[in-house]
This record gives sequence, C-alpha cells and structure tokens, in this order.
Amino acid sequence: MDETIKKQLQKTAVSIRMGVLTGTFHAKSGHPGGSLSIADLLTYLYFAKMNVDPRNPDMPDRDRLVLSKGHTAPALYAALAERGFFDRKELESLRHIGAMLQGHPCIQIPGVDMSSGSLGQGISAACGMALAGKLDAAPYHVYAILGDGEIEEGQVWEAAMFAAHYHLDNLTAIVDNNGLQIDGRITEVCSPEPIDEKFRAFGWYVIVLDDAHDFDKIEAAFNEAETIVDKPVAIIQKSIKGKGVSFMENQVGWHGTAPNAEQYEQGMNELRAALAELEG
Amino acid sequence: MADVKKKATRESYGEALTELAEQYPELVVLDADLAAATKTGIFKKAYPDRFFDCGIAEANMMGVAAGLAAAGKIPFASTFAMFAAGRAYEIVRNSIGYPHLNVKIGATHAGISVGEDGATHQCNEDIALMRTIPGMTVIVPSDDVEAKAAGRAALDFNGPVYMRFGRLAAPILNDPATYRFELGKGITLREGKDITIVATGLMVAEAVAAAETLAAEGIDARVINIHTIKPLDKALICNAAQETGRIVTVEEHSIIGGLGSAVADCVTECCPVPVIKIGVNDEFGHSGPAVDLLRQFGLSAEHITEVVKKALGK
Repeated sequence: MDETIKKQLQKTAVSIRMGVLTGTFHAKSGHPGGSLSIADLLTYLYFAKMNVDPRNPDMPDRDRLVLSKGHTAPALYAALAERGFFDRKELESLRHIGAMLQGHPCIQIPGVDMSSGSLGQGISAACGMALAGKLDAAPYHVYAILGDGEIEEGQVWEAAMFAAHYHLDNLTAIVDNNGLQIDGRITEVCSPEPIDEKFRAFGWYVIVLDDAHDFDKIEAAFNEAETIVDKPVAIIQKSIKGKGVSFMENQVGWHGTAPNAEQYEQGMNELRAALAELEG
Repeated sequence: MADVKKKATRESYGEALTELAEQYPELVVLDADLAAATKTGIFKKAYPDRFFDCGIAEANMMGVAAGLAAAGKIPFASTFAMFAAGRAYEIVRNSIGYPHLNVKIGATHAGISVGEDGATHQCNEDIALMRTIPGMTVIVPSDDVEAKAAGRAALDFNGPVYMRFGRLAAPILNDPATYRFELGKGITLREGKDITIVATGLMVAEAVAAAETLAAEGIDARVINIHTIKPLDKALICNAAQETGRIVTVEEHSIIGGLGSAVADCVTECCPVPVIKIGVNDEFGHSGPAVDLLRQFGLSAEHITEVVKKALGK
C-alpha cells in the first residue's frame, strides 16, 4: 500500500477510535472493546474500499455493509461520521433519548444499511442483499462483520449454508476474531473454533488475516477476496479487543463497559499521542 | 353447504403469487423446504428463477427476506405458521419489524385444522405473536377469493405483512366479481341487531351458518368478517358494540391474544360490552382429522349457535 495512503488511513482509524471513546463516554454505556477491534477494518472499508456516497446514502448501486455484531455500533457511527454521513457531534448523544444514534444500528440512520444487534441476524440480511444484487446483476458488493462469539448463534450457519448454496461471491463476511466475549475467552465459554475450518466446510473461501491492525495485510486480504468467484469469502481477522487504548486491550471487562471521565481522558490522550506521532 | 365449492387458502396463496408475478417484477418467493405444502411450489414451477429454497432454516429465511427487501425486492417468505411466527419470531421482530421492511410472510397450516400432525404443528399463537410487533399488518383470509385479494393488497402495501393461510379446504363464500378487499376494513356479511358475531379465517363460514340457524329461531345476529386483525377496523367493531350490545368472537386460534383479544381491547375503550371468545382455550391441540378436531374444539356453527343463545339467555 502506498505509504501516504496508509498514513492517512492510520490517522483516520485513530480518529474513529476517538469517536468510539467519545460515544461510549457520553452514553455512559456501550461496547468499546469490540468497537476498537474493528476500527481499522471499518477505516479500510469506508475510506479505501467501498463505493458509497455520503450525499446520497441510498444510492442503489452502493456497496453495503451490515454490522452483524451490532453492539459495536460506536465504531460504525464514528466511521460514518468521519466519512461525512452525519455530523460528528451526533456521537455525543449516542444512546440518549431522542438521539439519532441508537444503541444498536438502525436502518433509518444515514449510511446504515441494516438494523442489527440481535446476534446472528445481520449475516442473513447480508445474504438477502447479495442475492438481490445477483438477481439485478448489480455491481455492488455486500460486507458483513461478525463477532467470533456471535458465530455461536445457529442462524449464522444457516446463513453460511445459504450463501454457499447460492454462490454469493458478492458477499464477504469478516469475522472479528478478538478471542473474547462477555463471559470470557471464546475458547472457554463455548468454543466456536476452528473458525476457518468451519467456514471452509460450509463451502466458503477462507482467508486468515493474521493482523487486523496492519493496513498492508488488510488490503492484501481484500485483494485476495476480490479474486474469488462462485463462492462467498470469509475473512477471519485476528484482532485485539480494545486495540489502541492500552488499558482496554485484551481485557474482557471492556466488552460492554463505558469509560469514566478519568479513563476517557487517559484514552483520548493516548490516541492524541498516536495521532501526533503519525503526523510528526 | 355441501354444494359450495371449497379450496384451501394456502392453494389460493400459491396461485395468487403466480398470477401477480408478471405484474410485479420485484416479487420473489422464499420457502423453507415446504413448497409442496405451502403451495409456493406452484410459483416455483412458473418462475423458477424467482424462487429460492432456504432449506429447513426459517430464521435465516426471514433474515434473507429482510435483506432482499432492503435491496428493493418484495419477498414473500413462506413456511408453516408454527415456524414463521413461532420459531422465527425474533428475526421477524428485529430484522423485519424494527426496520419496517417490505417483507410479506405467507404462513400456511395455521391453527388446529393442520389435523393429524398434532400439537407440534398446530399453531394457535401466531396472530397473538405477530400483532404485538409494531407496524406489522396481520391478515387472515376466509376463503379463496379473499386470500387472493389479500395477496394483491399486501403487495400494494409498503411494509411488513403477515398472512395466515389454512391447510383445510375452506368454502368459497365470496363472489370474485363483486368482492372488494380493503386493508384494515372489516366486512359486514349480515346485518343484525341482537348480537354480533365477529369471525376470521376459516370461522367466517361457520359464523354465517350459525347466523342462518339463529335467524330461523328468531335471533337476529350480525356477522362481521375481520380479515385484517391489525390494523383492526375499530369503527366497525365499536359501531357493532353500540348497536347490538354483545359480541361473540370466533377464531381458529388461542383465545389469548388473537381476534377475540383484539376486539375486546377495542370495545373496552370505545363501548364496553360483553365479549365472549370462541377459540382454542388455553391448551394444546392433538392429532385427528381436521374436521373432527374443529368440532371437538367448538369451532363449529353448532357451537357458535349455542354460545350465542346462551349469551342472550335463550
């Protein structure tokens, strides 16, 4: 990847991480851990990959993204705000009464392609969109982001079967494999592993992205995905829950806890420092 | 009614989809390995490229339908009522209802008239479940003519619609030449001043037959067909409550949460009068021939007649 572009993406990702902290801090609730682990992925998709237009969010041939792990809405909202779908100020009223930004993604929000949040459901909707795209011979691609804990839901595997059966090669599912869910390590709660072999067995082409925070590797994974025909692609991205905020990294407790004022300041200072370093 | 033509509304559903397909190019049909039974197989045969079998995976089917609708298609998702409203309830609520997507759910084999398959497949709870979802339209057609008209009305309406069809052949009451379906509007099939019988689906024919028997005995019963349970035709119900003072509701569904509850909710607000609910009581069904089961559970003209007479102290 071009170094200038990479640096710009890295800066955008930091900005999105700041948006995650801002949103959850002001909401006094929400899910920062899994939001931070997908910040780089969303940055890449919305700023380097997807064909979307903030001035025309319902453009028929736009690429679509379904955040199946809907509880990480703070990251999606921050990315959409950063991309210009709505004012960044909105992040400060996340989860407030009367606010546009609901606790989980809601289709009425500009740029949000599907309401989601009840785990296991978004991937099915993404299949439906991809199927519609096939029927219309439309040029768009559909991305679905799932949690590694989320794939414990049986519906995910119903959808996996469906996508392979109907050869939905315009669908890419990204499994955010940060290894942690609310009750602990995914391997200890009720292990969904081996994730790659499961998707392969269900007829998907599988790419293991071993560092979800390295834009060169992210780009390589999506470039490889694009070459696959006749099959849906699953990208299993190895990520760090809480990535970018030192005290949140790999801590299961930050799955669904908002930072207090002190933690917010500390986190923001770390991110400001990261940004300064990138700009320096 | 031996000379009346009969047809199961599930069959009308399959035929309606096929008849409407040309006029509505965005119409697509999903099924969950029950196309032969839900009669979407009729559509599949005529339009194989617009039919998608999801296999025995109703949760995913509802989600796929949501995605299709979000991308501009008009999907009809079909399976038995038990699995459409029961198994997939939460997906219907969160992936279809909450985003208010233009998905039509064609639920067949509703009620105890499923017959021999027994309690696991006799869904007496679907109306109750579906009417709790904000923005969901719930339609229960009474015969072939109404079922086909309902299919077209659902297509012309932008939003989620749950349609309830039966397995058992139902007498064709309506004349296709004159019948007019209006979403959310009940139909007064017979005027009357002593009492009102409000019926839906398969029970409409029984209500009409009961009213005829009652008339012969000097009881003037009004009969209202409520094909749209949500939104309910409140004006018609309230007017009937005011003018006849008593209501008997009849449905092939649990007395908890269905037509009877909807009517009771309505009159409680506008004109409190006694509402007597005929339906499946708080119990599961069981195996047996559909016609015998209907009789056993009191879903017959004879039982309606008795209940009405008792209500009037006669």
